Amino acid sequence: MKLKQLLIALPLALSAVSFSGASLASDSLLNVSYDPTRELYREYNEWFAEKWKSETGNSLNVRQSHGGSGSQARAIIDGLDADVATLALAYDVDALRKRGNLIPENWQERLPGNSSPYTSTIVLLVRAGNPKNIQDWDDLVRDDVQVITPNPKTSGGARWNYLAAWGYAEQKYGSKESAYDFVKKIFGNVPVLDPAARGATNTFVQRRIGDVFIAWENEAFLSVEQLGRGQYEIVVPSVSILAEPPVTVVDANVDRKGTRALAEAYLEGLYSDDAQHLAAKHFYRPSNAEIAAQYEDKFPKVNLFGIDDVFGGWDNAQETHFNDGGHFDTILEELAQQRR
Amino acid sequence: MTTVTETTTLTLDRADVWRRATEEPQWVRRLLIGTTLVFLALFLILPLIVVLYGAFEQGLKVWYAAITEPDAAASIRLTLLVVAIVVPINIVFGVAVAWAIAKFEFRGKTILISLIDMPFAISPVVVGLIFVILFGSQGWLGDWLNAHDLRIIYAVPGIVIVIAFGTLPFIARELIPLMQQQGKQEEEASLTLGASGWKTFWYVTLPNIKWGLLYGVILCNARAMGEFGAVAVVSGRIRGETNTMPLHIEVLYNEYMFTAAFAVSSLLTGLALVTIAIKSFIEWHEKRA
Repeated sequence: MKLKQLLIALPLALSAVSFSGASLASDSLLNVSYDPTRELYREYNEWFAEKWKSETGNSLNVRQSHGGSGSQARAIIDGLDADVATLALAYDVDALRKRGNLIPENWQERLPGNSSPYTSTIVLLVRAGNPKNIQDWDDLVRDDVQVITPNPKTSGGARWNYLAAWGYAEQKYGSKESAYDFVKKIFGNVPVLDPAARGATNTFVQRRIGDVFIAWENEAFLSVEQLGRGQYEIVVPSVSILAEPPVTVVDANVDRKGTRALAEAYLEGLYSDDAQHLAAKHFYRPSNAEIAAQYEDKFPKVNLFGIDDVFGGWDNAQETHFNDGGHFDTILEELAQQRR
Repeated sequence: MTTVTETTTLTLDRADVWRRATEEPQWVRRLLIGTTLVFLALFLILPLIVVLYGAFEQGLKVWYAAITEPDAAASIRLTLLVVAIVVPINIVFGVAVAWAIAKFEFRGKTILISLIDMPFAISPVVVGLIFVILFGSQGWLGDWLNAHDLRIIYAVPGIVIVIAFGTLPFIARELIPLMQQQGKQEEEASLTLGASGWKTFWYVTLPNIKWGLLYGVILCNARAMGEFGAVAVVSGRIRGETNTMPLHIEVLYNEYMFTAAFAVSSLLTGLALVTIAIKSFIEWHEKRA
């Protein structure tokens, strides 16, 4: 009876697959990250596995999960077994504490630079030759310019875009009211509000909609490299926001699995010279000032402000701007009324 | 005699009138047929060509490299494993439920029939969320599962569960009308002649429904391989581990690896074509029988 054998073999195969992690002799680590870090961690994981092997003699298998930053945080809270979380913004990592009680209150103080081994900023991506002559944020409110950005309500990355524009305007025009009007004008120039960063990239690159794409610097570099050299140019604005994608050990998980030493070594390794060079190679700004100085050609100097300075931290920014009834909601409402 | 002849001519006349009424002008017929063909070409043939062209654009070698790349191969293995578990489960469930509904009368039968259709009616994302709420760390069974170090969602069992749920109606839905139509005389005859229940099932019921069952299995198989929404919610997207083929295609696409994405897509498309071929064969076979 072949069918019977099959029926017996299948559940066994299933259990073998789901529990094989425990029986293997080698170490294993799950890094839950967001979308644009794929290339960086692919290379870093190889580098770290070699280092780990030479130090401990154990082979190491680093497993990666990538997705939208917010939904990845949600998955960890719901039980995705991450040893380390390397997400796009502190707000998402902090959700692990607030909603899941998986990490301690002081998580962001455990590693240098607010636990961000690499940083980035928000830049403007324009089409080759910069036909609309876009030089700074002010050009984004012009009537003849179409702007592409994902929806800050759903995309973690897009919140940085919004805050970068707001911070610039508040510094330049000196009041929250003028910053509000400035950001509203920019969103008035957005023809399609995609829910996530990759969708917005496709709108700009493949559907060829819009004149300027507000993007993370590393994503902008990636678009230029992978989607057509010579078709796009990066314009660095005079003022932008310091984007700090933080990393943390997920304490509840590593303590249960007994992987704390490995997970901590993995994150500390991100601050090593080799890893800092890797970060630069994959278009993130190294947090180590000496190494960052070697890449000044690649990453032009920008007047960077931090989220704490202008918005009083992520919690405040989230509440005032992005929660239901926040500034972004009123902006969308007012724009909808104008169009009617 | 005369009356009979009269009626015959009358019916003939009517048929004549009826036939003439459907003879539309040529341009109308051409327009209708043309629209259908354009629709077919635009929405069915063109996408098919795009997938195959994208997959093989850079040659067989690149295609082969793309589907044997470790993460892609793992996604194919996982998909096959899930299908190998889900399809037998649904065969057992589908046959049992169709058997109960078609051959017996009991209270709540209509409710059971409606319940079977539920997976068709619920959006796949909601299906995924249901199981996150049930088995997630914050969910109803979360603490118990954590205490026993059992992983359901963000692991293979969760993927199996959501796909089994989503494909549950296919086989039952296929068998119920077939078995109802066949009635229960043959089974009753077998039982009165002294055969056991199992024997009746193996020698009477099963041979009668085997083509319908195969048809259901094929639909169930195709859907199980292609399911995206529910799996995306419970997978955790660990590469090489919990990414099924549809999820892996999305990953590849997002990584700008278009050729690889199309290569894996071409496998799923190939499965669809095989499915359609087998389906047509079964239909042809049933018609002949």
